[in-house]
Amino acid sequence: MVDTKVTLSGIGLDNPVIPASGTFGYGYEFAELYDINCLGTFSFKGTTREARFGNPTPRIAECTQGLINAVGLQNPGVEAVIREELPKLKKCFHKKVMANVSGFSIEDYAHTCALLDKEEQVGWLEVNISCPNVHNGGMAFGVSPQAAAEVTAAVKEVTSKPVYMKLSPNVTDIAAIAKACEAAGADGISLINTLLGMRIDLKTKRPVIANTMGGFSGPAIFPVALRMVYQVYEAVDIPVIGMGGVRSAEDVIEMMLAGATAVEVGAANLVNPYACRDIVAALPATMEKYGIANLSDIIGKAH
Amino acid sequence: MKQVFYTVAANRPLTADVWEMALTGDTSAITAPGQFINIKLEGLYLRRPISVCRWDETGLTILYKVVGRGTEAMTRLAPGAVLDTLSGLGNGYDVAACPDHVTVVGGGVGVPPLYGLTRALIAAGKRVHAILGFNTKSEIFYEEQFRALGAEVTVTTADGSYGTKGFVTAAMGPADAYVCACGPEPMLKAVYGACADGQFSFEERMGCGFGACMGCSCETKYGSKRICKDGPVLRREEIVW
Repeated sequence: MVDTKVTLSGIGLDNPVIPASGTFGYGYEFAELYDINCLGTFSFKGTTREARFGNPTPRIAECTQGLINAVGLQNPGVEAVIREELPKLKKCFHKKVMANVSGFSIEDYAHTCALLDKEEQVGWLEVNISCPNVHNGGMAFGVSPQAAAEVTAAVKEVTSKPVYMKLSPNVTDIAAIAKACEAAGADGISLINTLLGMRIDLKTKRPVIANTMGGFSGPAIFPVALRMVYQVYEAVDIPVIGMGGVRSAEDVIEMMLAGATAVEVGAANLVNPYACRDIVAALPATMEKYGIANLSDIIGKAH
Repeated sequence: MKQVFYTVAANRPLTADVWEMALTGDTSAITAPGQFINIKLEGLYLRRPISVCRWDETGLTILYKVVGRGTEAMTRLAPGAVLDTLSGLGNGYDVAACPDHVTVVGGGVGVPPLYGLTRALIAAGKRVHAILGFNTKSEIFYEEQFRALGAEVTVTTADGSYGTKGFVTAAMGPADAYVCACGPEPMLKAVYGACADGQFSFEERMGCGFGACMGCSCETKYGSKRICKDGPVLRREEIVW
């Protein structure tokens, strides 16, 4: 019997597989497809202080081994999430959920996190300082070590839950930003968010995405994500959640070898709604194939 | 929604760029005309959403227009090929909500889901006027099939090469008060202005096709809706242009 359990800031996970924010809604719709309690946990849809419709459409573009999205943090706002979404989730998910939070100012982040801090269902806060799809929103904080540290400190002040800072890959030195978050009190680092990209329609000769650019994700970005997880693991002493193009149990193991304690799966859910269930199911046999008895033993083993 | 692996039974061109594909397999997830399936194609990342034209217990038919790499790849699928799909997506048209006389209005590749709808309406004892709009005579498909269902059919062509000259609204009269429409957005907008009530099927670039990614959201009078899951069919009174 292999052991797939890992621990994320003191909270045990049955396995390290976590559907990534923005690809799994607030969970309950996937619960109609399979029992989502098989997951380690999941990161719910990026939530902001106020409700947001998001960007104009088209918001989606096909790419080789991936897609570009420019949804723009569509969500009903934190109060509606607490009032309506979390109670629906509670009926079908009996584990702690990861609350993904975005904002447009440090006050926004602190306000939203303070409200979610009171929710017993929430195990961790994943603070997105890396959304490429909203003007001056999020990513501005994630590209400067100082701004990233300020958000981290402000959020830490209002919550006792573990805080994971979700970083942008669209930076020159991701290790410096991770270190700044750690110094400001972050309990962990989540990476990577999407890579800024675009497509142009040859027929119309205009960008496919209404917002011109968007975030590129999918299997094509896996090597970039893996490299950054590897770099951040070396730079900090707090746990790392790795993500970016993960679509198989093999990818999960590779991310963990690079330094991830847990692994998020994003774009794969959009192509195969059963992707996370299938990865969880494939993990034990894949571990046996590579002679891994205990998954938590391999974290960072490639270093 | 259900993941279904359909087998291609037939795949043939109806016009220069519109093809008809028959698929066999489980159709239990399809509950209303106007729903769609989302097809995984070799070498392409996102699935391709295509509306269901008609279905029975043994399989379904889709009609698709060749517009890009995905639909080009579909033309190369031979009988026997197996397609990984998500079946029974979207809400579809509400047949029970339709009055005794319904006008279905389709433009180009918006026509296919109206075939299944017309069949369902007639089976429910309703009278159907089908207005099928095309650019030119050579692009017309399924006129006879609609007639065979028992619908009163009017074909319009933008260039006047066949049927009524002009857009679909040129064929609409006072009797066409309740409309079920599918077609390009300018057509939907014109039809919206020419009728009193009805149901409109919208198109949008989708990520997942089943409501997870928020890629195809639109605003309605009752808040934002996902074209793939809460749509693609919206009631006329909730539409915000």
